[in-house]
Amino acid sequence: MLEYTPDRRPTGGLRLPAHKEASTAQPIARGFVPGTLILALQQHQGPPTTPVVRRGERVLKGQVVARARALRSAAVHASTSGHVRAIEDRLVPSVHAIHRTRCIVIDADGEDETRPGSGAAWPKDPEEQLEHIRDGGIVGLGGGVFPTAEKLRPHTPCKVLIVNGVECEPYISCDDMLMREAAAEIIDGALIMRDLLAAPECIVAVERDKPQAIEALLEAGRASGDASLKLADIPTVYPTGGERQLVEMLTGEEVPSTHYPSEIGYICQNVGTAYALHRLVRAGEPLLSRVVTVAGEGIARPQNVETPIGTPIGELIEFCGGYVGDVDRLILGGSMMGYALPNDEMPITKGSNCLIAAVRREVRQDFSERFCIRCGNCATACPARLLPQELLRAARDNDHALLDEFGLNDCIECGCCDVICPSHIPLTEVFRNAKFAHARYQRQEVFSAETQQRFKRHEERKRANVQRGKARQDHLRHEVETDEAARQKAIEAAIKRARQRRGNDSDAE
Amino acid sequence: MQFDVAPGPHTAPIASVPLTMRRVLYALAPAAFAHVWFFGSGFAINFVVATATALAAEAAVLRLRRRPTRVPLNDCSAIVTAALLSFAIPPLAPWWIPAFGAASAIVVAKHLYGGLGRNLFNPAMVGYVVLLISFPAELTQWIPPRMGDLDYQHLGFLAHLSYSLTGALPADITIDALTRATPLDLVKEGLRSAQTYSEIRAGSLFGGIAGRGWEWINSFIALGGLYLLYTGTIRWQIPIMLLVGLLFPATLLWLVDADRFATPGFHLFSGATLLGAFFIATDPVSAAESDRGRLIFGAGIGFLTYCIRTWGGYPDGMAFSVLLMNSAVPLIDRYTRPRIYGRN
Repeated sequence: MLEYTPDRRPTGGLRLPAHKEASTAQPIARGFVPGTLILALQQHQGPPTTPVVRRGERVLKGQVVARARALRSAAVHASTSGHVRAIEDRLVPSVHAIHRTRCIVIDADGEDETRPGSGAAWPKDPEEQLEHIRDGGIVGLGGGVFPTAEKLRPHTPCKVLIVNGVECEPYISCDDMLMREAAAEIIDGALIMRDLLAAPECIVAVERDKPQAIEALLEAGRASGDASLKLADIPTVYPTGGERQLVEMLTGEEVPSTHYPSEIGYICQNVGTAYALHRLVRAGEPLLSRVVTVAGEGIARPQNVETPIGTPIGELIEFCGGYVGDVDRLILGGSMMGYALPNDEMPITKGSNCLIAAVRREVRQDFSERFCIRCGNCATACPARLLPQELLRAARDNDHALLDEFGLNDCIECGCCDVICPSHIPLTEVFRNAKFAHARYQRQEVFSAETQQRFKRHEERKRANVQRGKARQDHLRHEVETDEAARQKAIEAAIKRARQRRGNDSDAE
Repeated sequence: MQFDVAPGPHTAPIASVPLTMRRVLYALAPAAFAHVWFFGSGFAINFVVATATALAAEAAVLRLRRRPTRVPLNDCSAIVTAALLSFAIPPLAPWWIPAFGAASAIVVAKHLYGGLGRNLFNPAMVGYVVLLISFPAELTQWIPPRMGDLDYQHLGFLAHLSYSLTGALPADITIDALTRATPLDLVKEGLRSAQTYSEIRAGSLFGGIAGRGWEWINSFIALGGLYLLYTGTIRWQIPIMLLVGLLFPATLLWLVDADRFATPGFHLFSGATLLGAFFIATDPVSAAESDRGRLIFGAGIGFLTYCIRTWGGYPDGMAFSVLLMNSAVPLIDRYTRPRIYGRN
């Protein structure tokens, strides 16, 4: 396996304090069985699944509890054995926000009994293989939660499969630990993906600050003896792990604003996804758990935990020794793109990679902002090469034409501009809100344009009708005035009409 | 358990306006001490008067504009303006010179345009230019540096203070006996009266490269500039391009005719070259905003400064060049927008 350093520097980005020492000091904790499971029917980007269990029913570990009915979907499995308590709506944290969604709530019985003979064999036919992945519940574990089966069905021939181990956001270390402990499994999963995609090249990208992970992957890569594998070590700059940023870093190509990376031949898959795929194919085990980093100064034992999907966050915190000190904020995700949770009753989903119990001094407190001093540091830090200070002005002026021109929708909400701003302007929040307002404005624009068009066509038709009627009248009048015979004929017709009318009148008498 | 929520990012900010301004002040400190060493306490008195006036003017305008006063007064930006202004005016000046300059800078250049962040022109340079045009005589009262062999009549702190407040000098000294032309003046006048550059710089005010004393002060200013670069307070585009824009024509013309044009080293260590490159032109508010724009902005200031020094009516041209390029910033910004990722 060839190791190389891409000869490009990342666009923008920041070097941030990593806060990963505590959670990487010990191996991933395994064997945690929660008392309750809250399994959301929609833990992926796409249509929700359909429950196939009933209230009171006993389910076993690995059993499908909700089936994928659409292509862009992924099944949900019971991650431990127990009884279905309820199927009801609950608040569940999804990729960017908390949603109310239907969940299967299971009381675990603590026996952790696995479904007998679990795991169908890996099929031969590629189409069946994709179906197998969908039924195995596998989605992108990097946070995007896009159904993996759909991502492995490229519509454009895949040039490079990029296996993303660039875990650049502060606090998150679940991928790092998985790469250290299960490098061979990750490489195997990557090769399965590569075969499905028929990709000629597979690059595993890892940040330079993870030497142990790099070492383990190199060894596993060499052991696999596969020539298409490469390992790229990437500078430790946030947010180089973003899909678009990573594609640019590795290939020099930019993904057009209107496209996905897959549409220009680059497929990015997270290392955790590769591991899950390996488990599915080699051991017949569907996606039952994921590694979650539990970090922050407000947690007794920060560590990485192999957490069953659906575990209530409070139980995971308990497993890590509970809260210590005055926890100011509970953050799901990293400290840059994660969001604060109002309570710890919600479940870990397939997309939850990190949980931070942060004390006061760890998180941003001061929201008093000053005027922008145009220092331009935000523009320097922006990985999308936007001008945040100009966008800010356009957003606050509600100038939608300028927002388009300055690329509001190209903002990836990484938060770099926000953190580096000396005036402490909450840029990311402004842009997030502006995106909603802008989308609404654009919908309205489309609607009003359509309405205008409709009105204009109606007016045109009316005018055309009037003109047509006028033209016929003019034609008749012209004939009558110029042609003697026509005139006689018209007079006769008029007389005839009058007689007829009189005749009708006398009939009535 | 329940928790308070707040919007992300949750990472605490890693920069702040007061920190930036304080760093600028730290970076100026060595040069300020050198200034006091070579030219006496005048600089310190001017700085105190300018700072007091700047803060008072800022507080007054904020009160008039019905804005909160605490946060803007704490950001140290008025003190930076006062410090830069103090470097520009001669150490021997009546108190109302720094006061008037600072008040013009804060009231006219800063707050009439909307306060910090909204001003089109560099406040310190506006203050200086107002003084230069209104009181040209007072702005030429430069004294020779304390170098031992020069006929330097050392004025103590009290003498400086009494001149500043009352205009009275110690009995045996007259103002004409005290003041000297600056090296930039000498070069300009000398070249105009057909002396060669080497003849001019044989004078006692000149050291190895440029004016004695000034070489040291400007070296300390460069040192402060390196500190600002190192801490990421300023970025390299403006200072480097300003120096290139000044030194490239200087070197070229000096190579063509070493008698009629000063050496690039003289230009580098004279007047406001280094102060302008690292401290004045780098004022973020009035500079271009993109990296490419800053290259143009810096080069323009350097080139204009050289032109004014060589062919213009003033010995130094930094202030005018900065203000001219300030007015070009909207245009530069318009044409140097970076291409957004993924767009053609």
